[in-house]
Amino acid sequence: MSLSTKDKETVKAFWSKVSGKSEDIGNDALSRMLVVYPQTKTYFSHWKELTPGSAPVRKHGMTVMKGVGDAVSKIEDLTAGLMELSELHAFTLRVDPVNFKILSHNILVVFAIMFPNDFTPEVHVSMDKFLAALARALSEKYR
Amino acid sequence: MVQWSESERTIINGIFSHLDYDDLGPKAFSRCLIVYPWTQRYFSSFGNLHNAEAIMGNANVAAHGIKVLHGLDLGLKHMDDIMGAYAELSSLHSEKLHVDPDNFKLLSDCITIVVAAKLGKAFTPETQAAFHKFLAVVVSALGKQYH
Repeated sequence: MSLSTKDKETVKAFWSKVSGKSEDIGNDALSRMLVVYPQTKTYFSHWKELTPGSAPVRKHGMTVMKGVGDAVSKIEDLTAGLMELSELHAFTLRVDPVNFKILSHNILVVFAIMFPNDFTPEVHVSMDKFLAALARALSEKYR
Repeated sequence: MVQWSESERTIINGIFSHLDYDDLGPKAFSRCLIVYPWTQRYFSSFGNLHNAEAIMGNANVAAHGIKVLHGLDLGLKHMDDIMGAYAELSSLHSEKLHVDPDNFKLLSDCITIVVAAKLGKAFTPETQAAFHKFLAVVVSALGKQYH
């Protein structure tokens, strides 16, 4: 299930429409993940607070979306482009890769809420494929 | 037995009382066929499913989407015994329709997305959590009779 030329064009076009709201998207997606999938909170026990919209959540949401934006710019070779981030997640953070799917789902939910007219089924499938490819690249160094 | 808080019951009943089945059923089901094209395997009799436009304009898809979304009403009516309520439908999907139960999760993700798009900001994290729990229980019940 690799990204076709059309997928890449769709991803870049949609990203250019939505990236201006990166901070809100990241904050909302992460907040939803922590509320709807409480097991994900286990990775953030070192934060002062985990409530939706709180400072640590907003800050980390931005970090995550910067990573997504970076991945869009490296869409031609995600494995090479995200090598460093993969090492970080594999050796330091050790986030179970199942959680990448969970966060991806919540990012898609936020796209649907914030951009209901632009997030068409065609855009949805390309973005879903892209986030899955991103997750695969992040998992590259795990074992 | 699944425990529901008062808040969860209120949220879930609230979502369904305002649900436009005729609009969201086709939207959710066609999105599933488009985003997860392997799900089309069960619908070879539906006619043209060759691209997103064909799927979204297909009357069989629309009709089936409405039917499937109404399938959730069973869970709503029997929230305290969702497993029991779906026993028959579970057997149907396993023994007659031969549907891989993973597909139930794929469709429920698409239902979540179209409901989120419709409700917008009203689809708060708490609302999403209650709805997700409900759909997850229904999905689990539908898979129960597989062996």
